[in-house]
Amino acid sequence: MRHIILFLILILPSQSLALIEVDITRGNLNPLPIAVSPLSIDEESRKNFKKILKKENIGSEISIIVENNLRTSGLFNPLNKDAFLQKPDIANLKPRFEDWNLIKAQALITGKVNYIDENLRVEFRLWDVLAGKEMMALAFTTVPTNWRRVGHIITDKVYERLTGEKGYFDTRIIYVAEEGPKTKRIKKLAIMDQDGFNNKFLTLGNELVLTPRFNPTSQMVTYLSYFRNLPRVYLLDIETGMQEVVGDFPGMTYAPRFSPDGKKIIMSFAKDGKSDIYTMDLENRIVERITNHPSIDTSPSYSPDGKYICFNSDRSGYQQIYIMDSDGKNVKRISFGRGLYGTPVWSPRGDLIAFTKLHKGKFYIGVMRTDGSGERLLTENYYQEAPSWSPNGRVLIFYRETKTDKKGEGFSAKLWSIDLTGYNERLVKTETDASDPSWSALLSN
Amino acid sequence: MSRNLIISSILHAILIIITAMSLPFLAKKPIDLPPIVSVELIQISDKTNIPFAPKAKKIIEKVKEKEKKLVSEQAPPKKVKKEKPDAIPLPDENTKELKKIKDDKQNPEKIDNEVKQVSEFEKDELFDPNNIAALIDKSKVEEADTINKTQKVTQAQDRNVDNIGLSLSEEDALKAQIFGCWSIPLGLPYDKNLLVRIKIQLKPDGSVIKSEILDHARMNKPGQGFYKVLAESALRAIKLCQPLRVPSTGYERWKDLQLNFDPREMLEG
Repeated sequence: MRHIILFLILILPSQSLALIEVDITRGNLNPLPIAVSPLSIDEESRKNFKKILKKENIGSEISIIVENNLRTSGLFNPLNKDAFLQKPDIANLKPRFEDWNLIKAQALITGKVNYIDENLRVEFRLWDVLAGKEMMALAFTTVPTNWRRVGHIITDKVYERLTGEKGYFDTRIIYVAEEGPKTKRIKKLAIMDQDGFNNKFLTLGNELVLTPRFNPTSQMVTYLSYFRNLPRVYLLDIETGMQEVVGDFPGMTYAPRFSPDGKKIIMSFAKDGKSDIYTMDLENRIVERITNHPSIDTSPSYSPDGKYICFNSDRSGYQQIYIMDSDGKNVKRISFGRGLYGTPVWSPRGDLIAFTKLHKGKFYIGVMRTDGSGERLLTENYYQEAPSWSPNGRVLIFYRETKTDKKGEGFSAKLWSIDLTGYNERLVKTETDASDPSWSALLSN
Repeated sequence: MSRNLIISSILHAILIIITAMSLPFLAKKPIDLPPIVSVELIQISDKTNIPFAPKAKKIIEKVKEKEKKLVSEQAPPKKVKKEKPDAIPLPDENTKELKKIKDDKQNPEKIDNEVKQVSEFEKDELFDPNNIAALIDKSKVEEADTINKTQKVTQAQDRNVDNIGLSLSEEDALKAQIFGCWSIPLGLPYDKNLLVRIKIQLKPDGSVIKSEILDHARMNKPGQGFYKVLAESALRAIKLCQPLRVPSTGYERWKDLQLNFDPREMLEG
């Protein structure tokens, strides 16, 4: 009897005290609406910059760079400036958040540009419109000719603050610029900003060049070119223009790539119909053999911690992806899908390996986890290959060739980028046809 | 004789009370209807391979263990003066990399390290913060059990929903609304503990009176920048969504809600 009453007393109030919880495990992947207000500039500074840079309004130009970068990331939706209710001079004031709320902006960038002691000074602020508070405020001073980089650096800061990961905008891409008919192609090394501006050719096109790869820690590039009619791995210092042949191998070396610390080059060396992976220490020039197998082992790529190497090999009869310790031990096959797998590249985040896959006459760019699980094919086309990661491991750049028509015309090779969602695929504009891209590390780090 | 009469009367009275309360175990035998399954259509690539997200309950237990101390570490707020940003110069064109002169005082992360706010909820309530956390965690376990038991919704049980929490359809309506408002920051690491718990107080029309991050101290911890980004995105989602789609009745039971934002299912994909 007493037990029943006690039971009733106990259970009834305990339920009314409970705080209701709701688990939110999904959200939308829609781009975040962001307003990039043109950076304000005073009249005197505007005249000075016009004289130096031949740009009418450098404040607007920088904000356009930021806007374009954010748009191409696929994660942001920069709003149309015509809808803005406040003028750029809000740089000196707190924005009227209700005005920005009206146009559905969730974040706002304001700022100003000044000409101080022959330098460009850019201040910018990032605002959370919904919370009505400042999220970030920074200022940069540099020589006026660096104005494009300032735009990229601002984007990197905004991107990092709003997404939680480092940006990839203040970076460069090295690639092979191609001109002429398919049978008589002229190939030159070229370098440009990640948005396609500031393009420069690094070689003259006298020799064929292939597979340029950036050093992750400095402005060095390794690539394949021909030396005495033999393909050999080269090293090029972008700043000085100095180049040298890597190692003294009695045969063909190819598929070079730097180690994550930039101190070694890993590459393939082919002789007598087989191909093995070697490393060369750039300080003491000591060469070390990593694989020793009567098959073709190539396309080596280090994990970001330098402990493992992924590569492709036909030791199972078909070209597949393998990983091994950095000393060549514990070789393990990780790709088991149908088709051929090649050009594996370890993500800078360490979690994924990007690859090219050939299956039933189509080429795919895809990613898989480092144990081979979770294979996802991001894009499919007639011919595409050579993925290279952005420094934050979110975007891949690769090249795609189009079919030649019956007359032997219509061939082209272009650079494309795609992010890990597989939805944000974009053509990367280049002055000429382009192939074999490689993404640099962040320049401002 | 009279003793028996008294006992009989008391027993009858108890029976009447129990019937009035309509306790589930005395209710009519449930009609054997299939449970309501809420289906939300989402776009899925046929080439993805998304693993299941871990249950929030497990994560909360981990959070409780790891960060039990953080709640009590909160100090009174300090006033922070706003200052204009200092210059961070870029190097000359010939140099390779940018150099930062010095840390910017306007950098919010710097300021945040010094500021530790006391939550508004804690000011209002008389309990010790640790007790609140304990209550919340206890209630979560209880509710998880309750939800398991009430997966089969029957007519008789439906009448008891007022005492339990939101019904499945009410919860789904609220979830679907917040799903649409929450822009997940895609750059977050998916292998870290990313659960953000936000307590909100609502008006009867669903608009938010106040919202509070329960693990607020974590916002300002060094190396937890990703948590701050996530918490801010969750707060934005709540602001963007309001008024929330709450039931038209039973304000007392849902005037305080706890929203657990867990993006790992999305990030792992």
